[in-house]
Amino acid sequence: MADARTFFNEMLDETGNPRTPYARLSNWLEDKPANFLSKKSRDAETIFRRLGITFAVYGAEEATERLIPFDPIPRVISAREWRRLSAGIDQRVRALNAFMHDIYHRQEILRAGRIPADLILQNEAFLPEMAGFTPARKVYAHIIGTDLVRVSENEFYVLEDNTRTPSGVSYMMENRETMMRLFPELFQMHRVAPVEQYPESLRRTLESVAPDLSKSTQTVVVLTPGIYNSAYFEHAFLADSMGVELVEGRDLFVDAGKVFMRTTRQPKQVDVIYRRIDDAFLDPLTFNPNSMLGVPGLFDAYRAGNVTICNAPGTGIADDKAIYAYVPDIIEFYTGQKPILNNVPTWNCSRPDDLAYVLDNLEEIVVKEVHGSGGYGMLIGPTASKREIAEFRKVLESNPSNYIAQPTLALSACPTHVASGVAPRHVDLRPFVLIGDRVRITPGGLTRVALKRGSLVVNSSQGGGTKDTWVLED
Amino acid sequence: MLGRTASSLFWMSRYQERALNVTRLLEVGYRGAIMSHMGQEHGTHWTFALTCAGCESGFQAKYDELALRNVTNYLIFSKDNPASVRNSLEHARNNARAVRTSITAELWEAINTTWIEFAEVNPQSITQEKLPDFMAWVIHREHLCRGAFLNTVLRDDGYCFSQMGNFVERADNTARILNTQYWVLLPDNDIIEDGSTDRFQWSAILRALSGRRSYRFAYSNGHLKAFNITEFLVLRKEMPRSLAHCYDWISDTAEDLEQFYGSSEPSLQLATDIAKELRQKQMREIYQEGLHEFLTDFIGKNNQFAQQLSEDYNFA
Repeated sequence: MADARTFFNEMLDETGNPRTPYARLSNWLEDKPANFLSKKSRDAETIFRRLGITFAVYGAEEATERLIPFDPIPRVISAREWRRLSAGIDQRVRALNAFMHDIYHRQEILRAGRIPADLILQNEAFLPEMAGFTPARKVYAHIIGTDLVRVSENEFYVLEDNTRTPSGVSYMMENRETMMRLFPELFQMHRVAPVEQYPESLRRTLESVAPDLSKSTQTVVVLTPGIYNSAYFEHAFLADSMGVELVEGRDLFVDAGKVFMRTTRQPKQVDVIYRRIDDAFLDPLTFNPNSMLGVPGLFDAYRAGNVTICNAPGTGIADDKAIYAYVPDIIEFYTGQKPILNNVPTWNCSRPDDLAYVLDNLEEIVVKEVHGSGGYGMLIGPTASKREIAEFRKVLESNPSNYIAQPTLALSACPTHVASGVAPRHVDLRPFVLIGDRVRITPGGLTRVALKRGSLVVNSSQGGGTKDTWVLED
Repeated sequence: MLGRTASSLFWMSRYQERALNVTRLLEVGYRGAIMSHMGQEHGTHWTFALTCAGCESGFQAKYDELALRNVTNYLIFSKDNPASVRNSLEHARNNARAVRTSITAELWEAINTTWIEFAEVNPQSITQEKLPDFMAWVIHREHLCRGAFLNTVLRDDGYCFSQMGNFVERADNTARILNTQYWVLLPDNDIIEDGSTDRFQWSAILRALSGRRSYRFAYSNGHLKAFNITEFLVLRKEMPRSLAHCYDWISDTAEDLEQFYGSSEPSLQLATDIAKELRQKQMREIYQEGLHEFLTDFIGKNNQFAQQLSEDYNFA
């Protein structure tokens, strides 16, 4: 594995010449005057603000609606690279769905001893309420965002599988729209695979998993916690672009085992709910009794087979950080094939040997909370101060099973607009995958970029930005 | 359509209309105050704006002096004044955001941009010199939002609920302005000399309701008369802010909803009754029964209609 200080530059090779996918973009960039990108960035910001493409920051009094910084230089992926990535993603999401069906039924993988039973059965993300229930088409996670990082020409790693309610797809769509407004000439120079079909693919996917496929029309809704949720814009965007209702928990009710929405006239039965609220808040009768966001009786209606919830409750088990290390085994167990995409080597701090290694090498590695997300509660050894490391050591020693650790990856870097001009900045990639009657992967996805020099943290809550991601067609 | 969506569409338009109306009242107050050479102290003009906007007691509780900056702050920028332009724009925007999926991108952008640009204004920067341009900007933005609405939204049930919100608010505003000034609108005042306070109030009322020019086209000799002004604003259908005009729209829209859903609701009956009364009444009868009584009764019925509408269509 490459050292963190030498990273893969996606645009330029070792001799400083542009790589093939970036050849035209690189020339185009060189011809532009110094302030060109600054002006375009400001134009982009105005567009985003007017469209209301904002996310809420929790705990911040002022400016509760913020923009995610948008970088105007696209990331380019060749058709050949994309074919391999999408084959690997396809394999992975099929295996993860087969895994969930198994652990909520016969648990063959536990009987075969491929995963320690405790790791599943004692896991908070494992929902006993789902045991024995089979969702439509045996699909549990219908919408997945697979987080990938690149470390060399041909090496990609899967960082996380995001099988609960992955967000960011609206940025993928709006970034593309904005790029088309800002740089029409670039699209004439490149054959960029479109992403605009995503909402239609999502709707087809959701309709394909309705409980009763003999109905001529399926009523699909997007369930949001409401306008104060950090991803509200995305919820509204998806409902709008699919042409379905955006509902809150209070708009739905359960009657005689069926789910209805309160309309201006007769209540209307709902067939498929794309929920953007967490399992715990779905149904106060089954889960968190204090939830104001959910719908009383929803889970019973679901188990009675009268409504489909996407993603299914209990999918968190597939992207639990403690399970992550076993995904290569999961792929082999259910598909009989070697994984196409690699996992990042992971030390599980609940194992004494692994913990000892991690404690000895804190300066070199990344430590994450098993249930954490959003870049909170983690340690990045190479960039942390001595004091931060010492403090983290104490926390880790007091509760080792709450942590996993991974080597610090040399994330690849893409050309990015910065104060001094254009410079490489580290990126990751979240392609969006839909699983229903078939697997649909939108070419590209969301590229997140760490805007600070040398930084490896791309999360928007930690100052990361986004880029449009281009898959070139042959 | 969700009941909650219907409610948000209704209130989105209602708040848009309210922001426009309050701005226009301030504009009239401002105009009067800078022309206070007409024999009155300028405080009366601010009182006119505050009373018509229903903000007089709230203002008095907060400020001692009827001065330009205080009135501007209270009517435009105050978070404490429920009817301030600021609060109306924010409520309109939040309602629009809650039903982002039921309105067009053009309408959302118009409403959202209005709020963003308004929120960026520092109230201290709006000096007396800048106030006219600023008020004109708010009014232009509101016209833009209304235009985006009329030009782009689908003519379905959502359109009907938005239109109802707009016209219920407009009818309420017109009726309240007339009712707070009803004594200057009694026909006995028609013998009053030019240049008097009452005459000044007449033109202020017409200005506040964007009717000063059109009045002169509607009444051939163009002379300001209390009788004509009141008839113009209550009964003349061609005046787009008159009570009769608003209720023609409301009752037509209620019928459209009936057709859309295929069932008749009590709110339709209420709207039809109010519209019919305004169509058949003569100005003389209204004066005989008492203008103040008539207007008070109308304001009550208008509220009752809005209440019935929200019950009939499950506003949440």
